[in-house]
Amino acid sequence: MSKQSELCTLTIASAKEKLLKGEITSVELTEAHLKQMDAQKHLNAFITPTPELALQQAKESDKRYQKNEAKLLDGMPIGVKDLFCTKDTRTTAGSHILENFVPPYESGVTSKLWSNGALMVGKTNMDEFAMGSANITSYFGSVKNPWRKKGSNTPENLVPGGSSGGSAAAVAGNMCLASLGSDTGGSIRQPAAFCGLVGLLPTYGRCSRYGMVAFASSLDQAGPLTKTVEDAALLFQGIAGFDPKDSTSADVPLPNFQKALTGNIKGMRIGIPKEYRLDGMPQRIEKLWQEGIDWLKDAGAEIVDVSLPHTKYALPCYYIIAPAEASSNLARYDGVRFGHRAEGKTLNEMYAKTRGEGFGREVKRRILIGTYVLSSGYYDAYYVKALRIRKLIRDDFMKVYEKVDALLTPSTPNPAFEIGQKMDDPLSMYLNDAFTVTVNLAGLPGLSIPAGFTDDELPLGLQIIGKPFDEGTILNIGSVIEKSSGFLEKARLIRGN
Amino acid sequence: MTITRETVKKVAHLARIEIKDDEETQFADELNKIVAWIEQLNEVNTSNVEPLDHAVSYSLRMREDSPESNNHASDILKNAQETVLDFFSVPKVVE
Repeated sequence: MSKQSELCTLTIASAKEKLLKGEITSVELTEAHLKQMDAQKHLNAFITPTPELALQQAKESDKRYQKNEAKLLDGMPIGVKDLFCTKDTRTTAGSHILENFVPPYESGVTSKLWSNGALMVGKTNMDEFAMGSANITSYFGSVKNPWRKKGSNTPENLVPGGSSGGSAAAVAGNMCLASLGSDTGGSIRQPAAFCGLVGLLPTYGRCSRYGMVAFASSLDQAGPLTKTVEDAALLFQGIAGFDPKDSTSADVPLPNFQKALTGNIKGMRIGIPKEYRLDGMPQRIEKLWQEGIDWLKDAGAEIVDVSLPHTKYALPCYYIIAPAEASSNLARYDGVRFGHRAEGKTLNEMYAKTRGEGFGREVKRRILIGTYVLSSGYYDAYYVKALRIRKLIRDDFMKVYEKVDALLTPSTPNPAFEIGQKMDDPLSMYLNDAFTVTVNLAGLPGLSIPAGFTDDELPLGLQIIGKPFDEGTILNIGSVIEKSSGFLEKARLIRGN
Repeated sequence: MTITRETVKKVAHLARIEIKDDEETQFADELNKIVAWIEQLNEVNTSNVEPLDHAVSYSLRMREDSPESNNHASDILKNAQETVLDFFSVPKVVE
């Protein structure tokens, strides 16, 4: 194995060990990843690469290693989804309307990341304003999944999932050790499943939303996409915690998540919700779910059949609440204070032209739905109705948590599909999030863990849903599945690295 | 058809988004499909259910009212397309 590919296939944990021993430097590690970014440019994982910044941060990190002052994530090359405001580095949210926006301040989670020693290799591509499940709505072009079907001799043509598709492709393509994403209805967990990665949606309120471009404020959370469960625990540790600048940030103690990874789940009670067995779900996914159940049983967990009766209403409920909140949040893009501005003779004309030119189709569609369900005469029938259903969905979860510690489900009802598929009908695209939106609506933590492969060797994920602020438990269960499935070893064989 | 081209036009105006004539028909079709799909929520009896707008209950915190040095006008104005002195500038509103 060349030094280059050796460095790019490290994990946060293994890179840290080598850096501490002085076997490698952060500058070497960073240069290797920057080189890989160049080599994988065709995947379009990054909107704005930041090589100078990365190397400058790497040099400072090497000094800290020399002085034995290394911090939690010191010297780790990270990709940052382009909706986290980064001071003096443009932040587009994948939109034409923010194409030239350069934030004068730093987001809460990236501030924590830098103070823990991590460095940024670039801002990753994403669906426009995080609205999408395939990373095909970005103004800066589609992202391609580094995985290819077995025997495929065409260039990469699968979607990486979305909306954090660039963040997922960047890690799966070995362009950074890990990345930050955001998850409003599945936008970390679904791309993690499509790209063979670990993706964690933290409990609502666990990570600061300060400086994160808002999509649906009551659902948005930041979280890590990583190669391993241990890395997820490390990166999550490095971004989580109370932030007084976010009024919904939870002022609760932050446990040590790495210590939670004991691998011991004996006596733990894991619920299997029957409503996640969808008609027409591929058999391979059903089978993977059963394998997951068997692995947990073998590790000493008790499996309990449970029911979450309002599950089927989660998607329509989400597609009222999220667009409603988005239509309000995106009102700020008016061409006045920042972002794109079109000429108009009157103020209203300027607004309408600016937003007509600045937003893409999917974003316009969601703003229109959101405006419609909030408009006079429909507010109670649609929006308030959805909020009542949301209460029932959350109550379903809280009730089963009286008898189980966590839940196991598939992450997605299908594996990665080809770019261009599912594009003509928004509803079939929305179904991608059937298993993930429930978790955002209830404000719970969810972990997608790569656990198996389709017959043509594309990765598939299982999801573990936890109790509020109990990310430690789902990470620990994830570590058991990671080990039992042998996913990492198999992935290495398939991808030849 | 609950959503006509007229509805789309009205909603687009409320949202201050200019859309083209041919887009109006397309959006009307798509929105009709989506609205028909979300109608299934009416199957659920929610008469005694409180609406939940946030999964976690929280109340706004109080803080010390102490001065901080951030949000300087010059930094903030850098992202605006048109400014006059220390102000954002827009097309004339009053004749």
